[in-house]
Amino acid sequence: MPFIPHTPDDVAEMLAVIGAQRIEDLFDEIPSALKSKALSRVPAALSEMEVGRLMSERAARDGRPLNFMGAGAYEHHIPAPVWAIATRGEFYSAYTPYQAEASQGTLQVIYEYQSMMCALTGMEVSNASLYDGASALAEACLTAVRANRASNSRRVLVPRTVNPTYLQVVQTIAGNQNIRFESVDYDRQSGRTLVDALRRYDGEDLTALVVQQPNFFGVLEEVDELVDWARANNVLLIGVVNPIALGVLKAPGQWGSRVDGKQGADIVCGEGQPLGVPLSSGGPYFGFMTTRMQYVRQMPGRIVGRTLDAVGNPGFTLTLQAREQHIRRAKANSNICTNQGLTVTAATIYMTLLGADGLARVAEASAARTQELVTALTKIPGVRATFSGQRFHEAVLTLDRPVAPLLAALAERGIFGGVDLGQRFPELGNALLVCATETKTDADIAQYARALAELQSVPRAARGAA
Amino acid sequence: MSDIPSELQYTKSHEWVRSLPGNRVEVGITDHAQAALGDLVFVEVPEAGRRLTAGAACAVVESVKAASDIYSPVNGTVVESNAALASSPELVNQAPYAGGWLIRIEIDSGGAAPQLLDAAEYARLLADEAQ
Amino acid sequence: MQPHPSQEPLIFELSRPGRGAYAQFPPPPAVSPAIPAHLRRMDAPLWPAVSELQAVRHFTRLSQLNFSIDTHFYPLGSCTMKYNPKACNTYAMLPELIGRHPLAPESHSQGYLACMYELQDMLKDITGMQGVSLTPMAGAQGEFAGVAMIRSYHRARGDLARTEVIVPEAAHGTNPATATMCGCSVKEIPCDANGDVEIDALRAAVGPNTAGIMLTNPSTLGVFERKIGEVARIVHDAGGLLYYDGANLNAILGKVRPGDMGFDVIHMNLHKTFSTPHGGGGPGSGAVGVGERLLPFLPIPIVGRDGDRYRWLSERDLPQSIGRLSGFMGNAGVNLRAYIYMRMLGREGMVRVAEFATLNANYLMKRLLAAGFDAAYPSRRASHEFIITLKRQHRDYQVSAMDVAKRLLDYGFHAPTTYFPLLVPECLLIEPTETEAKEDLDRFCEAMIAILREMIHEPEKLTSAPLTMPVRRLDDVRAAKQLDLAWNPAASA
Repeated sequence: MPFIPHTPDDVAEMLAVIGAQRIEDLFDEIPSALKSKALSRVPAALSEMEVGRLMSERAARDGRPLNFMGAGAYEHHIPAPVWAIATRGEFYSAYTPYQAEASQGTLQVIYEYQSMMCALTGMEVSNASLYDGASALAEACLTAVRANRASNSRRVLVPRTVNPTYLQVVQTIAGNQNIRFESVDYDRQSGRTLVDALRRYDGEDLTALVVQQPNFFGVLEEVDELVDWARANNVLLIGVVNPIALGVLKAPGQWGSRVDGKQGADIVCGEGQPLGVPLSSGGPYFGFMTTRMQYVRQMPGRIVGRTLDAVGNPGFTLTLQAREQHIRRAKANSNICTNQGLTVTAATIYMTLLGADGLARVAEASAARTQELVTALTKIPGVRATFSGQRFHEAVLTLDRPVAPLLAALAERGIFGGVDLGQRFPELGNALLVCATETKTDADIAQYARALAELQSVPRAARGAA
Repeated sequence: MSDIPSELQYTKSHEWVRSLPGNRVEVGITDHAQAALGDLVFVEVPEAGRRLTAGAACAVVESVKAASDIYSPVNGTVVESNAALASSPELVNQAPYAGGWLIRIEIDSGGAAPQLLDAAEYARLLADEAQ
Repeated sequence: MQPHPSQEPLIFELSRPGRGAYAQFPPPPAVSPAIPAHLRRMDAPLWPAVSELQAVRHFTRLSQLNFSIDTHFYPLGSCTMKYNPKACNTYAMLPELIGRHPLAPESHSQGYLACMYELQDMLKDITGMQGVSLTPMAGAQGEFAGVAMIRSYHRARGDLARTEVIVPEAAHGTNPATATMCGCSVKEIPCDANGDVEIDALRAAVGPNTAGIMLTNPSTLGVFERKIGEVARIVHDAGGLLYYDGANLNAILGKVRPGDMGFDVIHMNLHKTFSTPHGGGGPGSGAVGVGERLLPFLPIPIVGRDGDRYRWLSERDLPQSIGRLSGFMGNAGVNLRAYIYMRMLGREGMVRVAEFATLNANYLMKRLLAAGFDAAYPSRRASHEFIITLKRQHRDYQVSAMDVAKRLLDYGFHAPTTYFPLLVPECLLIEPTETEAKEDLDRFCEAMIAILREMIHEPEKLTSAPLTMPVRRLDDVRAAKQLDLAWNPAASA
């Protein structure tokens, strides 16, 4: 019996102590009508060796094509120590640090994580993580509704340049709480949200404005003017940011002008996956949230604080738990309980290894690689850059033919060429979102360019129906 | 044995009410409530001018193990809240009926008298809850 | 575990300008990206600058300050701290699986999709449900999905008045918190002296506004809800649906199926029952299963099959879905670990889980009762967990459940869950799980017996515990009043 240590002698002794004849007697309180028949769709047990073989076969079936996809999940080099340490049993198989004295390792890691996220985003306080970037945005909107005392409308403006899947998730999670999400269109030429598009809301009661930087198209938004507009209209500013990009981009805490001693975004959130967490088919990742100290009691999720123990030594513990579900119950800020402890541990190790200089290097290398990729691909006839706005490490390309068959052909050649934007943004026509990070070499980019050039060299008429 | 001053009135949700001159009342939480909560770490009180409805939550007291709503005993307007609690929430534990007062309210004129318990009734309530 | 007399400094305190783990830096680009000055970062973030060895040593030493399943018996009730098989991690981290982008084309994802489809199928079999979605990222998200589906179901029938969710008093805090997040109101009902839901109170609580009831079975009190059939009938007759909180699934795995008990929707905690790692607080996975009525509302995406090809089912396939809960498809890597675990258990192993979890719990309960402790429900069978109440000891010796929990740390055991459920005063909720050997349970009993003796003769050992851990008991009042939530270099200057 895998993982069960009991010998027949153990069982006999234990039953004797309990005063039962058979193990089945221990289930005698369950009405017999409810007892289920044998499981028919669970196969017989496999040994570790057999399951290893099965998983290797399945993995081999999928292979490892060259990846140029981004759209919210980014391939970066993960230093060897990150998961060597994160999978140590003491981190891997520990529980939530409710017994603080037996969890100082996890608690100190989270405190260090909170500190680094504050420094990275230029904000005053961080929580211990949320599930992912999308749900973090949902929680940020709910936090803004709680925190913005000057607004009653519960209206949140969400530009179309914010990841469209994030908006779907926000609507699923926050939609039952009477919050209205309104869309703001983007400038077709630059790929940015223009402050002019917000002018029609001047003077209206709005609770929050969401700004993603870099935006979903990889384009850099003019964050200063967007923040200034929000401040002038008593609208809380929620910044959704890429943590690697913050190695070279201005921290949200410094966005906009300083007005009455106040500057920057009010709530910052985003997807932490780029910080040492592998792509792993979409999860587990982690969402981060940082904010102003004045909103700390409105923030969902766990928070670790530093304190003293009974003899005056420093130590760490979960704090402000009165806001959380296990105490406040129906009135909790959120129902979140388990968060993403292990991926946060990995991220903290990653951030420590890279340091500020390393992070800046990764960011610059990624942006440079994307520029090289765009240059190489736009040399090919029928391929052009869609937007004029400054980009970071993703770009939208407009093609002279449908994207889906092209991507399928590239996949057959061992290349995942990017993400087809046609469904979400039909106004862009044949649009492809490509991404290159520091992991891509000159040879990789050349390989992609060669394959695409070959496919583009087939005249469109010869390809049959468009 | 928790302290229940006889000159005050009480609510079922463990608030006390002291009559003040000029159709006003002062409100706080009882000795029993502060003991049950433990050391307070934070108190959130409404700002002057805020309109309150009898029975509706108007403040929050937070300890390490709980965050409890305070319910307004009357319809009225907040005259003043205890500013000292921002830096010293422990005043509520130390002196729940004196320095730990929470809110002073001006009662709406012409309204029905609020349903409050006297000290003996509140003591009985506590005795029943302990069963 | 060695007790550490000295503290491990903060990583920031080890930092020196000019240090770095330079092997990790990618080569500098030939051309720096042209980012406009007003969008550029002005100051570098205040992150530590340390060597690779310093980083490795720091985090390794921090890990050694933790209790974990790999190092300690960890009988946390309601958390199911069973052994996390290493194979689950090894195979989930095969390069092709760990490096797979979530938006990879289906044509090149058949291996991964096969694992997820089979996982969905096995979970249906185990729970007696008709459909499963793997997207919720934790139990709380699974609960959210469940209540949201119930709301959508009623709305689709035009019944807009059903916004009340009934929750037993003893429920886990996520239950009422979830109901509120879904825009519902909460109606709490009491349980009787034997730990079952009070049927009369339930009858009085249901009506035309009832959306549904959220229940755990076995309940949070550690006992099987014997009247579950009647509960189901009452709620269904009133037009409501039944939601099952699967936190305690380990007690009935392979023995009873929630679908057969009358539940319409269930969430499972894969990080409890299916042994994915607890990770110091996640990541978890809160897969949901539904009966026929709620199939159209499942959160997307789900894995479907056309012949021998697997594919994603999304908005087009489930137009009435409650929507997406995550940026991609949930905690995929966690789901993969659960799949591997379930393939190693197989159908026989699945049944053994509940049998031996229940055997261990009943044995431990009997031994503790014999030693002089009081169980909350002494005349009932323990499920996979049970409650000890220290109400009497608190009265007689002025020691609390918290004191006993802290003293257990000194004896080398992680404490059981304390003060949950809220209904039972000074309680310890104890769940040994099926992967613990008899001798470890016996050692735990011996420690509890020693602590009972200390209660009488040396109570200060309990009230000032823990005495031998890396830190003594922490001041959580100070932590909440004097908030220190991030390292501030100005403060330590």
